[in-house]
Amino acid sequence: MTLAVKSLLVIAALALAACNNPDRYGAGAGGPGGAGGPGGAGGIDTTGLGDPNNPTSIAYFNQRVGDRVLFAVDQSTISPEGRAVLTAQAQWLMTNAGYAAIIEGHADEQGTREYNLALGARRAAAVQNFLISQGVPANRLRTISYGKERPIEVCSTEECYMQNRRAVTVLSAGAGV
Amino acid sequence: MTRAHILAPTVQPFADGAVVPEVLLSTRPLAWAMTQMKRSLNPMRAALRTLFAPMLVALLGLTMAGIAPVSAQNAPPRIVIGPGVIEPMPIAIPTFIDEGGAGEYAREISRVVQSDLEGTGFFRTIGEEAYISRITGFDAPVAFEDWKAINAQVLITGAVSVSGDRITVKFRAYDVFNGQVMEGAALQFAGTTQGWRRMAHKVADVVYSKITGEGGYFDSRVVFVSESGPKNARLKRLAVMDYDGANVAYLTDSASIVLAPRFSPTGDRILYTSYESGFPRITLLDVASLSRQSLDEQPGTMTFAPRFSPDGGTVVFSLERGGNTDIYALNLSSGGLSQLTNAPSIETAPSFSPDGSQIVFESDRTGSPQIYVMPASGGEGTRISGGAGRYGTPVWSPRGDLVAFTKQNEGRFHIGVMRTDGSEERLLTASFLDEGPTWAPNGRVLMFTRETSGAGGQAQLWSVDITGRNLKQIPTEGPASDPAWSPLLP
Repeated sequence: MTLAVKSLLVIAALALAACNNPDRYGAGAGGPGGAGGPGGAGGIDTTGLGDPNNPTSIAYFNQRVGDRVLFAVDQSTISPEGRAVLTAQAQWLMTNAGYAAIIEGHADEQGTREYNLALGARRAAAVQNFLISQGVPANRLRTISYGKERPIEVCSTEECYMQNRRAVTVLSAGAGV
Repeated sequence: MTRAHILAPTVQPFADGAVVPEVLLSTRPLAWAMTQMKRSLNPMRAALRTLFAPMLVALLGLTMAGIAPVSAQNAPPRIVIGPGVIEPMPIAIPTFIDEGGAGEYAREISRVVQSDLEGTGFFRTIGEEAYISRITGFDAPVAFEDWKAINAQVLITGAVSVSGDRITVKFRAYDVFNGQVMEGAALQFAGTTQGWRRMAHKVADVVYSKITGEGGYFDSRVVFVSESGPKNARLKRLAVMDYDGANVAYLTDSASIVLAPRFSPTGDRILYTSYESGFPRITLLDVASLSRQSLDEQPGTMTFAPRFSPDGGTVVFSLERGGNTDIYALNLSSGGLSQLTNAPSIETAPSFSPDGSQIVFESDRTGSPQIYVMPASGGEGTRISGGAGRYGTPVWSPRGDLVAFTKQNEGRFHIGVMRTDGSEERLLTASFLDEGPTWAPNGRVLMFTRETSGAGGQAQLWSVDITGRNLKQIPTEGPASDPAWSPLLP
């Protein structure tokens, strides 16, 4: 494949990704507290997750394959448990070629806003690189960092922090090859 | 949406013949003041010198304690430095005279002048109930003995007149001890009634400046992030306010995450990081029109932590590509982009020295975040932070002498300052989470974000002197974070 064609494919993938604004936390995704009301302009349509028993559904990916890996403090190295999850993610993505993914990197609230943004990006990139190394086409993957802006657990102890130091693979349908 | 812009008031010397050309304290630079202090001052000023010299010493940061000033009862007319305690100077600010149509403005302006000066921790205003004589007219003779008798070191008189939407404020600050107007402290400001608080801030800035020898900072604005919603779905929008929390105006809605706004050197533009495109992008906002544009949109990258150069022509920021974050500079007129750092580690939070020749930034190249200084043209940089812990968000003082920073050590966060070579580190605060200091225009005060812990944790704005004194919360309507101080307004 020529470089020009590759570039075009990347642009096509990006254009598709742009249809679904990757910031699923924006108010467009359903307003305060509502991460993804049905039909929220630009948000991820939560009604489209599908049946978790259907192995080609997003729900199956999120629940059965596992959509996230966790990291140690300040680290972006993928743990052995994380490798297992990401290997399964890669296999699923290669089987279900109609999906693209945004990999979200997050940090816990320890650390400054700027540093955590950079750290989240590092984590997202580590996951992206692993998936690519397993054969997932690069043009189906993008990354974004939320730093410490979007914790999933809200307590201020390690119990919560460990859940927040994460990279989440968020699928969106329609990235046809 | 409210426009944040207020027309600058006009300023003119108040030259009605009442200005006494007597020097109380010079407004020349502090270095000069120190030299003069080391010499012997005019013997006639000996009494005042003992009053003011300790204050100047305190302002230079030679005391290092976090204890707030204590107001004294029946205090002698002098300022005493104890271990971190400064005796505030007693001053009198009788309600300004209404010289026509002023109504509530006269009282409100007096109140803001008082609030500005008291808020520094250096002044204590004497209550009206203690007054022996009244100020009956702006040009009426002042009975100095009556003000001396109640220990007022400084007396500020003023008058306000309003005609249509025009407001005029004039004032005099008297050295009560010598019965004279302080040099340069008799001025008149004119502008719109909408900007009435600015008139009060300008009066207070002049008085503060005359008495301390420092530049003022009250007539300034702070851009910040107004927060609402729960911790795991926080809504953020840009807002701007007077330095004391008044006059809030919102600059964006909360549809997308916005982070870390920064004023341009003239205060007319604001840089910040926005998720509006779906990805973090440095964005430039025009304060007057509220129009905004994304800068440097390279697909597959993320940009954040922007800051202006001192001449306003360059934006220095972090660009992330493939997981690696480096520092870049964008020329706003040519669009030219140059890479200033090139390392596999995280390089972020750049801030120019006030002369534009150097950039202080944060890097984790040694494994933990530390502070480095490099030439403005880029390079590896020299590490300046040396203590235990993690250092971030360095900000060069507008005076050029200090770098303020966030420090994380043993589970606590601190705001601190160090000299630009990393020496004389002083931690000014400690809490669960303090971060992101911003300098007052005079380099004397820092504002920062303090966030409480736990599920109900919320961010608020706080300020502290560079001596560690006068730690206080800035009143805001709701939770707030990421303050950035404007320059002193024109």
